[in-house]
Amino acid sequence: MNTATLPIELPELTRDDLSRYSRHLILPEVGVEGQRKLKAARVLCVGTGGLGSPLALYLAAAGVGTLGLVDFDVVDASNLQRQIIHSTADIGRKKLDSAEEKLKALNPALNVVKHDTLLSSANALDILKDYDVVADGTDNFPTRYLVNDACVLLGKPNAYGSIFRFEGQASVFATKDGPCYRCLYPEPPPPGLVPSCAEGGVLGILPGLIGVIQATEAIKLILGIGEPLIGRLLLVDALKMRFRELKLRKNPECPVCGTHPTVTHLIDYQQFCGLEAASEAPKSVKNGIPQLSVKDLKRRIDAGENLFILDVREPFEYQIANIGGKLIPQNEVPQRIGEIDRNQEIIVQCKSGGRSQRIAEFLKQSGYPNVTNLAGGILAWSDEVDPRVPKY
Amino acid sequence: MTIYIPTPLRTFTAGKDAVEVNAATIAAALDELTVAYPDLRKHLFTSEGKVRAFVNIYLNDEDVRYLPAKEATEVSPADTLSIIPSIAGGRQTR
Repeated sequence: MNTATLPIELPELTRDDLSRYSRHLILPEVGVEGQRKLKAARVLCVGTGGLGSPLALYLAAAGVGTLGLVDFDVVDASNLQRQIIHSTADIGRKKLDSAEEKLKALNPALNVVKHDTLLSSANALDILKDYDVVADGTDNFPTRYLVNDACVLLGKPNAYGSIFRFEGQASVFATKDGPCYRCLYPEPPPPGLVPSCAEGGVLGILPGLIGVIQATEAIKLILGIGEPLIGRLLLVDALKMRFRELKLRKNPECPVCGTHPTVTHLIDYQQFCGLEAASEAPKSVKNGIPQLSVKDLKRRIDAGENLFILDVREPFEYQIANIGGKLIPQNEVPQRIGEIDRNQEIIVQCKSGGRSQRIAEFLKQSGYPNVTNLAGGILAWSDEVDPRVPKY
Repeated sequence: MTIYIPTPLRTFTAGKDAVEVNAATIAAALDELTVAYPDLRKHLFTSEGKVRAFVNIYLNDEDVRYLPAKEATEVSPADTLSIIPSIAGGRQTR
């Protein structure tokens, strides 16, 4: 049976605990002893967003004694379609504070530890070491690998969940005999190959489904009951409402958890994932493509310049908001390249500058002499030039 | 046999979530898939023709990497192949 390691001395249950958790206490699989294990348990929720919201709420409801929360982000209106631990009144507020408030309203006895920081190689081991189980609800590949490696190095099980549009994955990684995330995915995808929620969209309910599965796994690990998703990858297709399971094996040659590990310290995960390190000053040239700010674009439009703005988003996005660019969705650019004038400066634009950068690089490689990327995309235009342009 | 296409790759298969192929081995099935949908090739394979490390191919519920014959494994019409890429939701990468 796989369990998280808990202290030998389990805390007593108070009268309030006995009445609050009565429905757990009468379940043979939990009982008083199980509830005491939950009370002793310390779970770290990395991320208090889509996955973290239901995860943290259900762990608090279940009577987990200590919840650590890691998030440095602030609540945005677009989060509220799925990040149900936050509310409209919290827009602009730190997610950590908003989450803590709701969790303590649900369960005042809960001990909340806020880690107001970006999890990094410099602090991950220090933060994770005080917890029994880690639940990874983050939104980017470098952190996924960081959390995985830290869990393996520290011997903490990782209740993993991830989502994309309407599909989800869930598993338990980094147990002693089970696989880790790197056994499944030894290398991250090159940046830009797998779209994010902001680019691809996500069905709001999806992190709800997967987040609660993560909470379930965390509770099973703490109680030592049932069959955790160790060595199993649960795949969820919410549109078809199909649940499939694939076998995951521990890779004996895994660089982190294999028999001869080569990764014994945390590494630079940004570099591992092929991403540039975040820098203070905005870069004016990126991968050979000059970056144009939205303010400079506005200046040039006002000066009467005849500009070719190539909008590489999808038609439905153009319908929501556009700045009058010529719409050729990114996947159609190769076939429709004849419509893009080689003799003009092409200013490529998308929602926030990611897709447009890739298409700009593609055009340059295809021989276009004069290509520019609109840094920050239409979102930056809305923020800095014309707030009447809707953000989405 | 059926090859299940994951969401992030469906833009390259004209939106299809499953493609039928007629092949004798896993390698032949993937070849047929990328001949029918050439844009898929660079997402599934490196320039040397190896399956990319962030993509997993499953024959039914078993990872192809762990099959004794790997991609040379013979398949029957009742088998399915699944392509499972890594996903991480959320934040944009630059």
